Amino acid sequence: MKRLSWIPLLLPALAACQVVAIRAERLYPVSGPMIANGVVVVRGGVIEAVGPAAEVTIPEGAQVLTCKVATPGLVDVRASVGVSGMLNVPGHDQDQIERSSAMQPELRAEDAYNPSEPLIRYVRSFGVTTVHSGHIPGMLISGQTAVFKTSDGTAREVLLKAGTAISATLGPDALGSPNPGTRAKQMALLRQTLTDVRDAKPGGTANLRNEALARVLAGEVPLLVTAHKAQDILLALRLGEEFGIRIWLDGASEAYLVLNEIKAAKVPVLLHPTMFRPDGDARELRLDTAKVLHEAGLPFAIQSGFEGYVPKTRVVLFEAAMAAANGLPFEAALRSITLGAAEILGLSDRIGSLQPGRDADIAMFDGDPFEYQTRCVGVLVGGKPYPGEG
Amino acid sequence: MWLPLILATLALQPDATAYVGARLIPVEGPEIADGVMVVSGGRIAAIGDRSTPIPQGAKVVTLAGKVVMPGLVDLHSHVGGPGGGDQSGAIQPDARAMDSINPADPGFRRVTSGGLTTLNVMPGSGHLMSGQTIYVKPRKGVRILKDMLVRDGNGWATGGMKMANGTNPIGGANRPGNRSRAHAMVRQHFLKALEYKAQLEAAKSDPTKAPKRDLGMEAMVEVLEGKRVVHHHTHRADDIVKVLQLKEEFGFKVVLHHCTEARFVASEIAKAGVPCSLTYVDAPGGKLEAVNVDFSNAAELARAGVSVGFNTDDGITDSRFFIRNAAMAMRYGLPRDEALRSLTINPAKHIELDHRIGSLKAGKDADFIVLDGDPFSVYTRVQQTYIEGLKVFDFGDPADRKFALGGEGSRGNGTIHLCCAEAD
Repeated sequence: MKRLSWIPLLLPALAACQVVAIRAERLYPVSGPMIANGVVVVRGGVIEAVGPAAEVTIPEGAQVLTCKVATPGLVDVRASVGVSGMLNVPGHDQDQIERSSAMQPELRAEDAYNPSEPLIRYVRSFGVTTVHSGHIPGMLISGQTAVFKTSDGTAREVLLKAGTAISATLGPDALGSPNPGTRAKQMALLRQTLTDVRDAKPGGTANLRNEALARVLAGEVPLLVTAHKAQDILLALRLGEEFGIRIWLDGASEAYLVLNEIKAAKVPVLLHPTMFRPDGDARELRLDTAKVLHEAGLPFAIQSGFEGYVPKTRVVLFEAAMAAANGLPFEAALRSITLGAAEILGLSDRIGSLQPGRDADIAMFDGDPFEYQTRCVGVLVGGKPYPGEG
Repeated sequence: MWLPLILATLALQPDATAYVGARLIPVEGPEIADGVMVVSGGRIAAIGDRSTPIPQGAKVVTLAGKVVMPGLVDLHSHVGGPGGGDQSGAIQPDARAMDSINPADPGFRRVTSGGLTTLNVMPGSGHLMSGQTIYVKPRKGVRILKDMLVRDGNGWATGGMKMANGTNPIGGANRPGNRSRAHAMVRQHFLKALEYKAQLEAAKSDPTKAPKRDLGMEAMVEVLEGKRVVHHHTHRADDIVKVLQLKEEFGFKVVLHHCTEARFVASEIAKAGVPCSLTYVDAPGGKLEAVNVDFSNAAELARAGVSVGFNTDDGITDSRFFIRNAAMAMRYGLPRDEALRSLTINPAKHIELDHRIGSLKAGKDADFIVLDGDPFSVYTRVQQTYIEGLKVFDFGDPADRKFALGGEGSRGNGTIHLCCAEAD
């Protein structure tokens, strides 16, 4: 079952030997408390030192950037930029879903990801340095997701983690041909398919679909289940329990109704964008669900998700801001689009916080990042500077 | 002529109420740090600083630490499920949004949680002319549409005419196949309306010359006479310019809606004296006409001298986040004063209701909102919304809060109308 995989190139060559220091009036490492008058030193695309200006020496010759506020580069825990393009022209820039059959776990995000997509640069200008993108909700199993940096480069160069999760959908979004026609049939098909893979005898012809699902059964890869209604959330949890597989809840707009069940199942929530349209099976979403999840102590992160029309993508910075406006404490809101997201993705040793040894992914702002009047004034991805918004 | 309205509101609110101690943002006129606003009979009786006399026996409501500003005016809403023309043709001025709105739609309560007090409810953009729009106030407890109307001095319902160009009204059954055909159809239609209008005028001296009554043409005559403002969906710069040409040729009043590429032709729009009602979304694209979406649009238009307002296009954007549009425009250079106007007095002027709404001024309708901080901070929330002196939303009331935050029972049975995504 050896799998061909790309080895992500960690450091853009340009940044390899450059030393950059960022001075911020308020520095949020997220892994620790805010540092007033903080400094981050970056060497070779990696963070070398973090601390108060009084304690961290800026190396001679370093390029020094100053800003009011610096945070870790933002991590979008569930996006579709790169596979779903700005133009929204099917057959041209819309590779986010394949509707020819209900289950296609062998499809890989990195085979469709276009790192030159303008929406990637757009979200980067608002501080987003990592996106977990790929196949969107809408099919019983739509394909594999992957994590990418938003730096310039080929798909291979910006790929951080291939086969991050396998995207599945329960409930109304995945009903109707070629998907099953009822919830019971959705569950029956998933059960039969997972059972077949589990019981398959070794050997025979290589089968990409079975290999992908075998990794789910082995606990190597989570099943990322989009479920909005409480009953569908519970179906996802039941599937996880029955097969002993890892579940990530996606969307989960009615999570506020089944907090205890989610907590008991120890699954993370990749929460819908706060400003997601309250329609379809997400019609009863609440603006304060992030706050409720936070208070319940559940691991969660706020996503940009998928948009089929205008706006073609959402921006996690704005979505976390709206969560903060609806009761999620500032630090928790920041965490939900940085370290919280990185922890869910299993990448907190690389991204999501400002600590020595972490990737030099940093967002700079001229004030409170969530305030309407604040602008993102610059971004580092792997130590390489990119322009902020506007 | 206002007597029936005044009597109706007096009956509901016999006494004057004085709102005291808030920072008042009248929009027209300087801010008052610690003000008094007296409301009586559904109207603003007086507004000023602490020296403003409070009528004897008035109820006093203390709003220390709060901010009060005019109720917000949204020129483009699809709340209540408005329909217009059907598949039978591309131009249907006889179809009226007011005949299809469900006044009990919970969306009307949701919009009040965002501070909206006047809406232009419209059909979608799948037609060159999809019908008559309607100006409403989401008054509390309304079950029948006539109680939502904003009536003119003669007691008539007020509203505009919805038009669209660009890609949305092109293609499909009984629709034009390209922009040239679309523009030709619209011009032909206006020429027909001019003829109808001439027949009506001739009939004044010779009744035998009266044309057969045509409800669509009657609405068109209102458009030609400037009594019914055209609300024109348009995105691309060349399409915007075509609207200006049409206005010049036929002389109607028009507000440009969405205006994605308006900043590219800002001076032409300013020269034509045509206002823009902008819809802001958080990212470009989603359709080819929207690839140049940019938060700088409002500032650039205002700089060129265009009167700028915002709209929600609800459900394209949610009415609860209406203030955010102006705040994001400020982020990209729209002056604060203009930002305040873009949500209130400017849209009120665009629909010619500024004698009643859009600012806090003695004699105007007592439509106002109470905020717990500066309007342009993300952390500020609309605490209360008043229409004609009556509280229609209070975040402190769990029954109202449900509409502000969402959740069980907040949506009713309606579905979101994505105006511009649909063929009609």
